[in-house]
Amino acid sequence: MRPARHRARAFDAAVCLLLLFMPFWMGAIGGYTELATRIIVMGLAAMSLNFLLGFTGVLSFGHAAYFGLGAYGAAMAIKYLDAGTLPAIGLGVVVATFAAMAIGALIVRRRGVYFAMVTIAFGQVFYFLAFRWNAVTGGDDGLTGWHRLPINFGFATLDIFGNDKAFYYFALAVFAVSVAAMAKLIDSPFGRSLTAIRENERRARFLGVPVEFHIWLSFVISCLFVSVAGALYALLNNFTDPRALRFDLSGNLVIMAVLGGMRFFWGPLIGAAIFVALQDYVSSHTENWMSVIGLVFVLVVRFFPRGVLGMLRGGAKA
Amino acid sequence: MTVLQVNGASKRFGSLVAIDDVSLTIEPGELRAIIGPNGAGKTTFFNLVSGLFAPTAGSIKFDGRDVTALPPEERVRRGMARTFQITEIFPELPVADNIRVAVEIAAGYRLKPWLGAAARAVVAARVDELLDMGGLSDKSDVRAGALSHGDQRAAEIMMSLALRPRLLMLDEPTAGMGDQETYDIARLIRRLHRQEGLTIMLIEHDMRVVFNLADRIMVLAEGRVLAEGAPQEIADSDKVQAAYLGKAAA
Repeated sequence: MRPARHRARAFDAAVCLLLLFMPFWMGAIGGYTELATRIIVMGLAAMSLNFLLGFTGVLSFGHAAYFGLGAYGAAMAIKYLDAGTLPAIGLGVVVATFAAMAIGALIVRRRGVYFAMVTIAFGQVFYFLAFRWNAVTGGDDGLTGWHRLPINFGFATLDIFGNDKAFYYFALAVFAVSVAAMAKLIDSPFGRSLTAIRENERRARFLGVPVEFHIWLSFVISCLFVSVAGALYALLNNFTDPRALRFDLSGNLVIMAVLGGMRFFWGPLIGAAIFVALQDYVSSHTENWMSVIGLVFVLVVRFFPRGVLGMLRGGAKA
Repeated sequence: MTVLQVNGASKRFGSLVAIDDVSLTIEPGELRAIIGPNGAGKTTFFNLVSGLFAPTAGSIKFDGRDVTALPPEERVRRGMARTFQITEIFPELPVADNIRVAVEIAAGYRLKPWLGAAARAVVAARVDELLDMGGLSDKSDVRAGALSHGDQRAAEIMMSLALRPRLLMLDEPTAGMGDQETYDIARLIRRLHRQEGLTIMLIEHDMRVVFNLADRIMVLAEGRVLAEGAPQEIADSDKVQAAYLGKAAA
């Protein structure tokens, strides 16, 4: 038990160090700062999804909706309300979280594939809303004509617009707060009640857990953090379009989580790094980058069903 | 006060009458066994009492309050705990965490996003106590799914016990076990009953276990109460022997 815990601590520290210096070593392996930022943004999204998938045992194929609501919320706050960066993120998160609370309440009685299907259906509602409502959302062309603004802390200004490393560290700070909050929750009595539901719903219920309410809470928390990622994503691109809400993004988040290892806290981040890096590299050579990612995904799932981290951990044990 | 009072409970599945007008009263400190041939409706009766599904007719009172319409988790919160024929545990979690989840929920912490050091210490002490009582102390770090059948069952009973139940319902606690495991579980149940003063209702096929442990026995056959009484009365009953051995033996 002890050595395992030490190994886990060491792994946490290694991840933190790698993230802390990513803009610097990224260049050495052929990447660039914006790619590093995209990795932590998609990593946060996948880790948020995994709060529900890996630690509550509930599969959602509709998380793009809340990612997109966070993105559109932040973008529209800046474009229409002249909001600062932090209030803009806040607005996106509030809108997405309320949507998750309402929709979550309608779907928590569904289980397994039925839950997944209903999440897709509700997710597509938001996609078509963004797609059709040209006047407000910019429709298919997306929401343009705005960009992220430097953050004024009073005593100092962080130029996240002009300096891409500054934006990376801003995103990393938001990532760190979100991920720390999720880690804390997972390792709490509440988090253990969620793991209990994942492990055996009937046993959890017969220990006195109101299962539907706990799944609802987990869904809302998961959507809250995925919307934080969505807001960061809009800021990163200075742009958002309906693809940020479409169900294939939901699927990609699931792929990232499973690819990296959904039973591991950092698994989805590893999965997101592989996914985003492959996408970046392969799409500069061929339009069919998704088939390469698909192949990698199939191979990993076939030979390492516990994902990349599961493979690494199994290797360390042997 | 009466712990459990079931009045004329019936359960139909379509045209099948699984439970037909069954009444039962359990007093505090009692160990009640429910026996009967396969398909007699014993587990269905447990499911009605524990709230897995609602009765078609009749009522269930627990501690003097009507719980007929309450969901299972609400009945659990009022002190009803149960185990299942097929052991229901958290297979991927270490044994200690299985118990810990139950202890934390019993302490009312299920929604807590953090726990102070003092509360954590109290939880840990209770977990150790339960592990010890279940004979699982040296296996606390083992994945629960990797335990032997008997130890899994002991872990499940300890999780239920963590809730400090007013009524503990055990559905075939020795099913599928060898002699040694059966003996160990029976001894554990006796200890819970005699030393901890727990009120217990159990379904059991092993007649040595039943007649060694039970204060009173209810016999179900085809969804109906065939007989009820002290172990000796049940052993002497012609009706019961007929139900078990077939009509020809009567």
